[in-house]
This record gives sequence, structure tokens and C-alpha cells, in this order.
Amino acid sequence: MSPIYVHTVKSRVADIIIWVLLLAFTLSCLIPLVNLVAISFSDNAAASANLVSIFPVNPTFSSYEKLLSDTQFWRSFMISVERVVLGLIVNVGLMILTAYPLSKSSRQFRGQKIYMNLVIFAMLFSGGLIPTFMVVKELHLLDSIWALILPGAVPIGNVILLMNAFRAVPKSLEEAAKIDGASQWRILGRIYLPVVLPTLATVTLFTIVGHWNDYFGALVYINKAANYPLQTYIQQLSVEVQNITDPEKLMELAKISDKTLNAAKIVVSTLPLLLIYPFMQKYFVSGIVVGSVKE
Amino acid sequence: MKNKKDQTAFHLMLAPGMIFLIIFSFIPMFGIVMAFQNYVPAKGISGSSWVGLDNFKFMLQIPDSKQIFANTIIIALWKIVVGTIVSIVFALLLNEIRVRFAKRFMQTVVYLPNFLSWAILATVVMNIFSYEGPVNAFLGWFGIDPVLFMASNTWFRPMLILTDVWKGFGYGSIIYLASLTAIDPGLYEAASMDGANRFKKLWYVTLPGLMPTILLVTTLNLPNVLNAGFDQIFNLYNPLVYQTADIIDTYVYRVGLVERQYSLGTAVGLLRSVVGIILILSANKLAQKLTDYRIF
Repeated sequence: MSPIYVHTVKSRVADIIIWVLLLAFTLSCLIPLVNLVAISFSDNAAASANLVSIFPVNPTFSSYEKLLSDTQFWRSFMISVERVVLGLIVNVGLMILTAYPLSKSSRQFRGQKIYMNLVIFAMLFSGGLIPTFMVVKELHLLDSIWALILPGAVPIGNVILLMNAFRAVPKSLEEAAKIDGASQWRILGRIYLPVVLPTLATVTLFTIVGHWNDYFGALVYINKAANYPLQTYIQQLSVEVQNITDPEKLMELAKISDKTLNAAKIVVSTLPLLLIYPFMQKYFVSGIVVGSVKE
Repeated sequence: MKNKKDQTAFHLMLAPGMIFLIIFSFIPMFGIVMAFQNYVPAKGISGSSWVGLDNFKFMLQIPDSKQIFANTIIIALWKIVVGTIVSIVFALLLNEIRVRFAKRFMQTVVYLPNFLSWAILATVVMNIFSYEGPVNAFLGWFGIDPVLFMASNTWFRPMLILTDVWKGFGYGSIIYLASLTAIDPGLYEAASMDGANRFKKLWYVTLPGLMPTILLVTTLNLPNVLNAGFDQIFNLYNPLVYQTADIIDTYVYRVGLVERQYSLGTAVGLLRSVVGIILILSANKLAQKLTDYRIF
């Protein structure tokens, strides 16, 4: 893996160039986020005048104090938390139950082919936004948190990822358990699930991020802004821009918006993701590689 | 007897998932008939009149439709091409350094933007590209007049491509980094013996080693030429830049759900969906042929 280098002057120069480029890439990802944090701790005048770079100017907690008393923000925050918890239970439960029988050969499970084709058909083809919206409406789910969870209850991409993990489990484990008279439910719970834990962790984390980050579902299915989850609430902060047809207005709007408070909102809404990020990093790398480089 | 019990268990396990798929995937598929109707919500699907292919004909007649289709393809292709190149370059650069701590730190940082939603990043991007923002300040040092990126039909598209690549290149590099570790170290040693320098090794060992992965990722990206990035554009655009940034998906949303022209929205969505499936199936076939990989 490690190429052997002769340390010539040329190689040194190449090293410097490589480090500079890598640093540029890394900083490009880091600075905008640090800048956001810095703005959230600066005073509004400095932020509006674009004086804040990576350190707060006239450091203050005032935007966070303002944020603490913003009831709609926290209401939306809690709606998002509720959604992640409910979504996680529904999605991961259905993922496991759907992926396991699909991972069996059609010899072991006679209906496997039919089910598999149905699942793939559902993955490839969809009625689209409007017909789905009408079904949700007919079921009287509009304005309910379930409208954000049930239409995507079976995440097919993740089902396939998990199915491949189940398939990689040695058959001998199952056969041994069968001789002891274990049922398929038991075999799934006691043998298969512990073995595929890393993949399960990956899809679980994807699910959390997916639910936390989704703003669009609520835009379509929730009418009352008071019931918006956090991302939709945040999305609405910048939405005024979308209807503007006059360049001057666009500039004006940028000036009057409460930059520091908005920055604080974004920082707080991102914190939960940052908290699970270290765990995610451990798993998503293996998840991607398992999912995409199948030998 | 045993086997029968297993079969029952399998069917029972699949039942809840199938019920949800029927309700939220299969039943909406019937809604596609709206594309061939003049759908009026009050009359419902059974009561609305049939218009054959009129919605499709209308769609092709609107002057916007060509523009929207072109916007979709152009933006998507640029994103795929630039994104792939930057991901590969980053993976190659990272592969050259040996300081493990620095490597880990850089990876941690560049993967991060991928996990932030466009709902959030839109605010960040609008700030950075605003009239008095950092990008314009930077351009000012070179004597360039400030640009109103958010309202410029010249600059909005490049800005979309740049920020999308920025968000995704780190995450995209993971798969290349993984396949770099799979290259046989013996090949590098042999190349050194033959007196190959660093650049030669990159050209004759590393890149050929990466080729199968590059080929596979590019193939799997094929269906994405219709996927110009709804979330990003939806959160960043405004009527001033519809001309260069309105894509099929944003158009369907506006026409279908905002203006409530259900039939037209469904027709456009259907056409996109059909072309999308053809692309996915071709990509799957092609990937299978080239690398023995199957998506499903």
C-alpha cells in the first residue's frame, strides 16, 4: 500500500503542493460552518455588516437567549425528535422484517421471487408526488405526524443493503439452529441480527439523518406551520426569497433579516447530527463499501 | 411440516411491509391515469373526463418545456462530471500523505457537509454568495465588480454546481479511498524497482487500479442525469433565475402542487419517471456487463 519514495527535492515540492491542496479542500468545508457559529455569537450590527469571519465580533449570547424564548422553534425541535423516534421504529422494524425473507433463496422460500419483483417494481416506479399526496389525503393523514413517516415506511434502498448483509451470513449457522428446532423468528433474532449488526447500525444512522433532515414532507403534507418539524421551520426562514422578482428587493431582504438569530437556529438544529456524527463515521464508511463494492 | 412453518413465518414477516407498499406505492400508481385526464378534484378520478394525450401535447408546446429539460440535463451532467473528478482527485491526494492523524481529521471534516440538509445549507450559501458577502469581497481584491449571484442567469448555475460538488465530494471520495487500499502494494514496489517516480506510479499503477471503480460509479450515475438536485435548487432559486435553473422536478412541484394543475403535473412526472426507469435498467445491465455488479 505504501509507495516507497526517494526523497528528492522534486518529491518534497510535490509533498508541499499535496498538503496545500488538501488543506484548501478541508478548509473549504470547515470555514463556512465555523463562520456560521461565529455569526451566531456576534452582535447583529457586526453580522449584518459582514464583519464576522471565523471569530465572533463583540461576542454575545444574545441570539441564544432570544432563541431560548422562541416557543415555535422548540416546538418544531420536539416534533423533529418525535418524528425521528417514530420513524426509526417503523423503518428499522419493517426493514428487518422485509429484508430477511427476501434474503432467502427461492428454494428455501417459495414466494421469494414474486415478493422481490414487487419490491423492485416499487423501487423503480412510483405514482409520483401528486397521486401519493392524494392517497395521504384520502386516508386523512394530512397534518398528522404519520404523514411524514408512513409513505416512506419501507425504505427499499436500505432493505436491499440489509438483504445483502443477511445473504452473506454463513448458512451453517442457520442449519445448526434448525436442527435444534428453532423457528424462523428465533433464527432471525438470535442468529442473523447479531451478525449483521454493523450494517444495521449503518441503515439506522441513515434513517435518523434522513428523518432529521427532511423538510419537504411537511411542506407537502402539513398545512399548519405550527406543526412543522425543525428543518421545514428553518427552510421557511429563507423562503421569502423565492417569490422575489426584483433584484433590489433581494438585496434589501438580506439586510433586514436577523442574521445572528437565524445562525443560532441553524447551529442548534445541526447539533444533534454533530452528536451522532462520530458514530456515523465509524459505520457509514463500511456501509457504503459493503453496499457498493460487492464482489 | 417444519418447512410449512417456515413458509408461514416468511409470509407473515413480509405482510406489514407489503401492506405499506400497496397503500403508498402501488395504489398511487393508479393515479397516473390523471395524466390522461382533465382531472378536477371535485369530480375525482372516475368522474373526470378523458383527454388522451392532450396533457403531453400541451407539455411539448409550452415554450418553457425545452428550457426546463435542457436545464435539468445540463446542471445534472456538470454536477456528475465535476463531482466525480473532484472526488477522485481528493482521494488521490489523501492517499499520498502518511500522517494518520491529519488524514483522519481531513476525512472527518470533508464528509460532514453531505449530512447537512439543503434547507440549512441554503442559508449558508446565500450568505456566502450574497452581494456584500465573502465571495464578492474576495472578487473585489482583484478589482472585479460584485455579482448578484442569486439573481444572475450567468452565475446561478455555476454556483449551483460548485456548491453541490462542495457538499458531496468528500462523501463521494469514500468509495475511491476504499478501492485505493485494495491495490496490491507489490505493484508499487515493482514500479519502484523499475525506477518509476511518484507521478509515473500514479499514472501506471494507481489510476489503472481505480479504473473499475470509476467505471462502476459512472455507470451507476447514469440515471442521475435526470436528477439535477431538487432540494438544492428548490431552496436556492427564485423567479429571476427560472430561465437557467428551473428543472423538471421543481416545475412538477410548482405546477402540480402549488398551482394545482394535477393532470399536467402528473403527466410531466410520468414522462420523467419512464425515462428514469429506462436509464436505471440500462445502468444495471451495463454495470453487470462491465464489472459483474448488480444493483438488484
